[in-house]
Amino acid sequence: MLSYLARRLIQTIPILLAVAALIFILFSVIPGSFASSLGDDGKSVLDAETMARMNRELGLSDPIYVRFARYVGQLAQFDLGVSFRTRQPVAVVIAERLWPSAQLALASMGFAIFVGVPLGFVAALRPGSLIDTGSMVLAVSGLSLPKFWLGLLLMYLFALKLGWLPSFGYGDGGLKHLLLPAVALGVSPLALLARTTRAAVLEILDADFVRTARSKGMSETRVVRWHLARNALVIVLTTVGLQFGSVIGQAVVVEKLFSWPGLGSLLIDSVSLRDLPVVQGAILTIVMIFLVINLTVDALCAAIDPRIKYT
Amino acid sequence: MLRKVAIVAALSLAAFAAQAQAQTPRKGGTIRFTAPYGSSFASLDIHSTNRTQDEIWAKAIHRQLYNWDSVANKPVPELATSVTASPDGKVHTFKLRQDAYFHHGRQMTADDVIYTFTRMMSPKVAYPGSRYARGIKGALAYQKGEAKEIAGLKKIDDFTLEMTFDEKTDPGFGFMNSYLSIYPADEAEKDSFQSKPIGLGPYKFVEYVPGSRMVGERWEKFYKPGKPYADRIVIAIMGEAAARDVAFRNKEIDASVLGPAQYVAYKADAALSKNLLEVAEVFTRNMGMNPTFKPFADKRVRQAINHAIDTDLIIKRLVKDKAFRATSWLPASSPAYDDTLKPYAYDPEKAKALLKEAGYADGFEFEWTTSANESWGQPIVEAVIPMLAKVNIKVKVKPVEGTVLSEVVRKGEYQAYIWSNTTGPDPYEALKCFHSKTPQSQCNYVLYNNPAVDKLLDEANATDDQAKRIGLLKQVNKILLDDAPVWFFNYNKAVMAYQPWLHGLQANATELALQYYEDLWVDDSSPAK
Repeated sequence: MLSYLARRLIQTIPILLAVAALIFILFSVIPGSFASSLGDDGKSVLDAETMARMNRELGLSDPIYVRFARYVGQLAQFDLGVSFRTRQPVAVVIAERLWPSAQLALASMGFAIFVGVPLGFVAALRPGSLIDTGSMVLAVSGLSLPKFWLGLLLMYLFALKLGWLPSFGYGDGGLKHLLLPAVALGVSPLALLARTTRAAVLEILDADFVRTARSKGMSETRVVRWHLARNALVIVLTTVGLQFGSVIGQAVVVEKLFSWPGLGSLLIDSVSLRDLPVVQGAILTIVMIFLVINLTVDALCAAIDPRIKYT
Repeated sequence: MLRKVAIVAALSLAAFAAQAQAQTPRKGGTIRFTAPYGSSFASLDIHSTNRTQDEIWAKAIHRQLYNWDSVANKPVPELATSVTASPDGKVHTFKLRQDAYFHHGRQMTADDVIYTFTRMMSPKVAYPGSRYARGIKGALAYQKGEAKEIAGLKKIDDFTLEMTFDEKTDPGFGFMNSYLSIYPADEAEKDSFQSKPIGLGPYKFVEYVPGSRMVGERWEKFYKPGKPYADRIVIAIMGEAAARDVAFRNKEIDASVLGPAQYVAYKADAALSKNLLEVAEVFTRNMGMNPTFKPFADKRVRQAINHAIDTDLIIKRLVKDKAFRATSWLPASSPAYDDTLKPYAYDPEKAKALLKEAGYADGFEFEWTTSANESWGQPIVEAVIPMLAKVNIKVKVKPVEGTVLSEVVRKGEYQAYIWSNTTGPDPYEALKCFHSKTPQSQCNYVLYNNPAVDKLLDEANATDDQAKRIGLLKQVNKILLDDAPVWFFNYNKAVMAYQPWLHGLQANATELALQYYEDLWVDDSSPAK
């Protein structure tokens, strides 16, 4: 198992390098620069001389292969470079966004898991019932709702109409400010988890070992706990892992809407300002988080299901 | 019509200012302002960014040599008690305030001003403010490493500074920008300054949560006695108009800049409509036409386009009347605005006749570069397309990001573009963009070249007679209307909704979102403590 994990970790290196190269090339060919972004509001457009000096200072006037070599050289030393706009190390800029992003991702996935999995379970145990139909309608709606619209709806209902929660902001990082963005972000993985859990449980219910357990007189509670839950958990865990990574990437809209200081809003602003070192650093960080989560999920699956062997 | 609008606007502003003065400001409380132009600030080093979004926080923390006076409609000395200029307009002597203290407690001196302008011209770092500092004698030599200091900056004593420029200069319009804020020489080079700015402004930096808010607390040693009024200021970063709308209605923020859709909704609401501040800002929305594209080299074609578009209809239906019809380049709030000018009438038949005269009776096709902006971007272009089709002009839309738009326009890589350009507060600077010597990359985006305009602009720059200067600039503005280098679309009407407990807002025509926070106060009905 340990050698498997070590091998998987080593495999992430070429993936990260490929992603880094892809981002670099993409942002080198699309038009616009940090200097031109400083004048996009039409108010105080930079003069040509300052723009040229800025491009030279930031190394943007060098040929693309020089810039790429410099970038790879920095990465080899675990250096993500310096932000064009704040002139701080990219690692510092990203670090201050990591915790709010993690809070939002954990809360939204917590919401999705604690509501979605039981919902799928109950629906599968009573197929065709009102609760099954109702929960699947909810699940399909959850997958279809645009996050921006849902976020606004939540703001309107819980902040403006009911006055229970603040409509925006980070506050002191507490639950009060976290709830609405977490629900807005968590509804889509919740829906997916509910559907996946339902499908997995229904499939297991038809399996021979469940029928055998029942014919041997095993109580329904034990069947559900020992056979259904453990076997469904592997599928659920895999879905959770995939969704967890996606949630960090999908948080862009929700973070912007709720003024939440996470990686998503950093990324979107850095793209529009063409702060390339931060864009590259933020995407690499998100990819890395995604890879680590998947690795963790694989390890957990092996721990839960003894049939899964990693060599 | 526009004259009536200008008179009504002026009377409203006067009434607004009088009402604000009539009340006794309350000390204490929290002002909850918003930064609506993005989901973060670019930098906490205001010298590095000229974006309006960043100027919003900088007005709380920093100060410059000049401020914009919204009532007098001109820049006025702020960190100087007096500024005297030599007869040739090149040497300016600043008597600095002796009561201005940085947030770490040290008194501001001439050394700090010299440090600031020297930093601006750094040979290593390109700062946006160098555009204005470059005119100081010896600034370029310092930047190129040919001199150890800027020769034109001379300290007479701790509170007197002599600034010499290469040419006759009125420094107020440039030096009032936040990105020329005066920094403390002993602190600005420290790494901590990048994350904890220290300035001379009314509020002292407390915290910045990137992508969410900045908080400041009252600076007790601020140089205006009794100000600022509020104990704290919280500037929430809220790039989404819909989220601002909910937060404003929920009384979580004290002020919100409105877009066209919200403007209609707020005006229709009996309660919300009572607290709207409307200002004719110095921005002109226009479609620039590139004369290197053959049809646009002909004045008659450009005039035809101005006649072919039903501008009033677009302003009414799409911009929801949150704009004033443009009658040339200079906006209604400009001192050189000419209210006798009439806009191009919507007249497709005349447009067809002009096109026929120019040899384009069968029309032509052009590519129109546009951003997605709701007030001066793709939605407007899409509304114009059928109007131009009626006179046989076809349009191919080229959508780009805002960042890309500014780049392609400056490089001249377009046939036509639509943009919102600053046209003030200095009317000479705004019109100088049409001087043939102004490069395209600077602001002569449409490569305008008219010797008569050059002559008038040179005369306006040379004269000390303000009335004559304004007269000359009005002539330039009139010629531009006839030459039609652009489709004159509209002047922005900025609208800010404010809560009934917020007082002291200034009708800032340069940018309504930029407020001098020391003049704002909240009464005790504010829900924020």
